[in-house]
Amino acid sequence: MRFLTANPSYLQVTPLALVILLFLLFPVATIVIVSFWDYNAYQLLPDFIFENYEFLLTSSVTLSAYLKTFFFAITSWLITLTLGFTVAYYLAFYIRSPLLQSVLFVLCTVPFLTSNIIRMISWIPLLGRNGLVNSTLQEINLIDAPIEWLLYSDFAVILAFVHLYTLFMVVPIFNSMMRIDRNLIEASIDAGASAFQTIFQVVVPLCKSGIAIGSIFVVTLVMGDFITVSLMSGGLSASVGVLIRNEISLLQYPAAAAGAVVLLITVLIMLSIMFRFINIKKEL
Amino acid sequence: MAAPDKAKRKAGFIPLTIIFVLFIIFLYGPTATIAILSFQGPDGGLTFPMNGMSLHWFRQLFEEQQVGDFGGSLTRSILLGIAVMLCTAVFSLLAGLAYRRSFMGGNVLFYLTLVSLILPSILISLGIGIMFDRIGLSPGWYSSAFGAHLTWTLPFGLLIMFAVFNRFNKSYEAAAIDMGATSWQTFRLVVFPLILPSLIGVCLFGFTLSYDEFARTLMTAGTFNTLPLEIYGMTTNVTTPVLYALGTLTTLFSFTLISAALISIWAVRKSRARKAPTSA
Repeated sequence: MRFLTANPSYLQVTPLALVILLFLLFPVATIVIVSFWDYNAYQLLPDFIFENYEFLLTSSVTLSAYLKTFFFAITSWLITLTLGFTVAYYLAFYIRSPLLQSVLFVLCTVPFLTSNIIRMISWIPLLGRNGLVNSTLQEINLIDAPIEWLLYSDFAVILAFVHLYTLFMVVPIFNSMMRIDRNLIEASIDAGASAFQTIFQVVVPLCKSGIAIGSIFVVTLVMGDFITVSLMSGGLSASVGVLIRNEISLLQYPAAAAGAVVLLITVLIMLSIMFRFINIKKEL
Repeated sequence: MAAPDKAKRKAGFIPLTIIFVLFIIFLYGPTATIAILSFQGPDGGLTFPMNGMSLHWFRQLFEEQQVGDFGGSLTRSILLGIAVMLCTAVFSLLAGLAYRRSFMGGNVLFYLTLVSLILPSILISLGIGIMFDRIGLSPGWYSSAFGAHLTWTLPFGLLIMFAVFNRFNKSYEAAAIDMGATSWQTFRLVVFPLILPSLIGVCLFGFTLSYDEFARTLMTAGTFNTLPLEIYGMTTNVTTPVLYALGTLTTLFSFTLISAALISIWAVRKSRARKAPTSA
């Protein structure tokens, strides 16, 4: 016990460590163990079988769900990155007054603290068959019949992802941009670079880690999502998360656990690539 | 900054301002739409046009048989949010203090906390659900969901605390100790007031993230729903603007909390500036 009195850090960090141990490490270990179990309609049967994985990895449903999920992840990532970068760039380099800058920044981040489900639902009166977009377009005679793919489609899913997660890009990229020495931008312009050259050869490399942090958030949130996909696609699209969720509701826990382990490995591989670009402690 | 520089930047100013304004409309427009639609008349539907104006759907919310267990789920969400908020604030403050010294395993724990933040929520939800099932505990919003929420709020709290202590000027503390303050006095009278604004921010995150959390609650809430679960249930079986009324109320509630937190942060900073006009 001597190290406890010598360094109070151990005592101070205990609550955090306990939460991580009890509600992160144990549950993940449980998932890994249960993924090798057998099950029937009523109960889980402790065992060591590979059938859950065998079924999962040879099923065409899994393959198409992964392809769909990667499609959602890459598309949402590209759009949130472009949009988030533009917004952050505007806030960081075009707004001179620090007060206005803070106000606009808060304006961009407030929705993060409100309900995601409500924010998804709120697209329904806009995009539905008789929604505002369709009725407006019909009124001005741009279309004859309502556009069906606005709601309950892949379009709606990606729109919702962009709506929900762009601020995960704005915040870290803005944070990186605010640390850029303004003289570098002026030097670049003085040296004859065009505005676009300055952005892509000076600003982008200097906010590489902000971009990486935002990307980590967006990609992992989309990869593990099930609620946005099922709500906004109206059950028409199946992502990896939706498959796991379906198995959970059928009480096929070992199958769901195997699905979760494969998802976890996929996400970890993607993270290990993205974490190469940053030193997270330096960012704070 | 020099004037010619400003003239050069004006080039992109107008298109970028337009993009920014459109982005803000994109962020808030849909929510504003359901806020308007929640005032539909009694015969109004889920979309425009408005069929008169009324508070009909807000009244419906409080008639229990109409929309499930709205009152109960709201109470549970608020209680859970408060508990998560308090634990997030205390635990991340303690951990933030701990990380000012290096200690064994510190790096591992830090990275695990990050993993906790970015691990797909469905994994946490499923894992805690099965774990409770296996050890023979029945999941509850006050036990398993509480833990699940902490895995989401604590990383944010810890990251904010890291940001605070990275910028913290240690000479204030050194001065207090030089003047004979005990370590508790130093913390209570010097460190705590300095980090109070950030701590209010941690509280705001802790409460609102828990109050709105869905994915990590799904398999961990047990028999009784929290508010987001109740709302999700409503999306499949409620086809009246009562859903929008609920959405509007809960969004208003979040906005109120955010404003209260921002105002108190501002007030703390202002009173400090008044007390010590020369310090930064």
